[in-house]
Amino acid sequence: MSRIPLPYTQKVLDLFRNPKNLGKLEDANVISVAGNPACGDMITFYMKINNQAIIEKISFESYGCAANIATASIVTEMIKGMSVESAWKDVTWKKVTEEVGGLPSVKFHCGILAVGAVKRAIRKYYEQKGSAPSWLPQELTFEEKQALEEEELAKKLSKRLKVAEEK
Amino acid sequence: MVENVKALLKAHEGIKHEVYLDNENSTIVPKDIIDAMLPYYNKLAYGNPTLTHKPGWEAFETIMTASQKLSKFLGAKILEEITFTPGETEANNLALIGAAFANKHKGKKIVISAIEPINVLHVVELLQKFGFTTTKIPVNREGFLDLEKLKEASDKETVLASIAMVNNEIGTIQPMKEALDIVKDKNPEALFHTDASDAYGRIPLNVQDMKVDLATVSSYKILGPRGIGALYVKESVNVDKILEGQIGTQKLWPGVENTPLIVGFTKASELAFQDFEGNVNRMHTLRDKLVDGVFAKLSEVKLNGPKGDKRAPDNANISFLRCEGEALTIELSLAGVYLSSGSACSRRLLQPSHVLVAIGRKFSEAHGSILMKTTRYHTEEDITHVLEVLPNAVNRIRGIVGSTGVD
Repeated sequence: MSRIPLPYTQKVLDLFRNPKNLGKLEDANVISVAGNPACGDMITFYMKINNQAIIEKISFESYGCAANIATASIVTEMIKGMSVESAWKDVTWKKVTEEVGGLPSVKFHCGILAVGAVKRAIRKYYEQKGSAPSWLPQELTFEEKQALEEEELAKKLSKRLKVAEEK
Repeated sequence: MVENVKALLKAHEGIKHEVYLDNENSTIVPKDIIDAMLPYYNKLAYGNPTLTHKPGWEAFETIMTASQKLSKFLGAKILEEITFTPGETEANNLALIGAAFANKHKGKKIVISAIEPINVLHVVELLQKFGFTTTKIPVNREGFLDLEKLKEASDKETVLASIAMVNNEIGTIQPMKEALDIVKDKNPEALFHTDASDAYGRIPLNVQDMKVDLATVSSYKILGPRGIGALYVKESVNVDKILEGQIGTQKLWPGVENTPLIVGFTKASELAFQDFEGNVNRMHTLRDKLVDGVFAKLSEVKLNGPKGDKRAPDNANISFLRCEGEALTIELSLAGVYLSSGSACSRRLLQPSHVLVAIGRKFSEAHGSILMKTTRYHTEEDITHVLEVLPNAVNRIRGIVGSTGVD
């Protein structure tokens, strides 16, 4: 293992300095969270999805590094105005990574977490509605599984910490 | 990748006032120290100190004089107790591996504190592969060693203890005498090592008075050049060398001695000690101004490590709640203030600072921590500038965080 300086791209730096669609959305009808503060890596998306299943408005908050902020920000720009179906199908973590001009490999998980949070939001939207379209798979996608894994890891770490404290 | 870094550097253009506070990880080398070193590259003592010609004898004389001076500063008995190494990492490796191997017939137990520097943690992991066992002694919420636990963990099988005199991240000054007495009471033959890199030049330090067997010091921690450090090994203590090679003037470290760096380290020591109290007061005053200022200007802030005279005078380690450390270091860098964070992201390791976790900080508190160390070269204006820049940076990052990331 080696440690290198994080060679963030200009795009990541720009989005870090001037994030788009930042903050709470008052009229959001879906809110999704992914990640955990214990990992130092957490995103909240606020979405307003209209009756035609179009993501009319979206905003984010991010507790994380520059890559976390940049990927969350770019995701809001990518899926704003999109149909829920195409947000589900066409926005992959690889595409998100491309859109920010690439990420250092240790930061791939930031893009994965952002897409995982989007997919969670879409599931939640249909859960709230009480019906799911046929294109929505039952099984969790790669990004959702990764988000879960990160959250489980955080829980384990916190648990270990508590055990150590009690000793 | 390098192209990206070039662009990042370009984003820093136009910064008027730069303040470097990441003196934990590397430092500027002041001009008077560089000036002291330069002649040794091409004017004198550039020879190999083991060889029989003028530049060689000059090098030998220079290195012996440097050893003599360093042994005085450390309170060692004789200059032969000093071994120059390429740095703190190497000195700690030599101390732990060398002492463990040379004394393994006496026992296989090692005790260290839970907040030892990373290199000590890694070395004891390596020693476990050779049959040694390690007990990590916990610390309390201010980072002080749990002496009762140390008492429980030490016994006749304890061959080696390693406890840093001052913690490098949170500045806790350990009760060294009590710790050493506990270990030696259980086994008078146990060896006691301390990484004193963060104590040297900051608090009074005398290896004979402390009765330690081994002590590490590092040049860059006192503004000397990187790539040089030293290990004190008490005259009567057996340590194996850990590297093989051409033996030079030092029996414990092979290879050609780096005379200019040794000179730089010595000059840095002289500057640190020629007005020791003045220097310490300067660091202390600036550190207090920095910490007090941060607490006055920002809420949801926690100081990591103790307050008062049991804290190293230069150390400031502060957690900002609802603020992620890597994002903060980048934000501050773009404003010309350079410091480091205990955040997992910033360290590029999967977990946050083991020291902050050991003192019971939540992970989110560790992720929002920053570490700053003042030096005698900082000015009041530097600290005032940091106090102007820092609140804006923290507030902007907190603005991105919003209500996300609250435990």
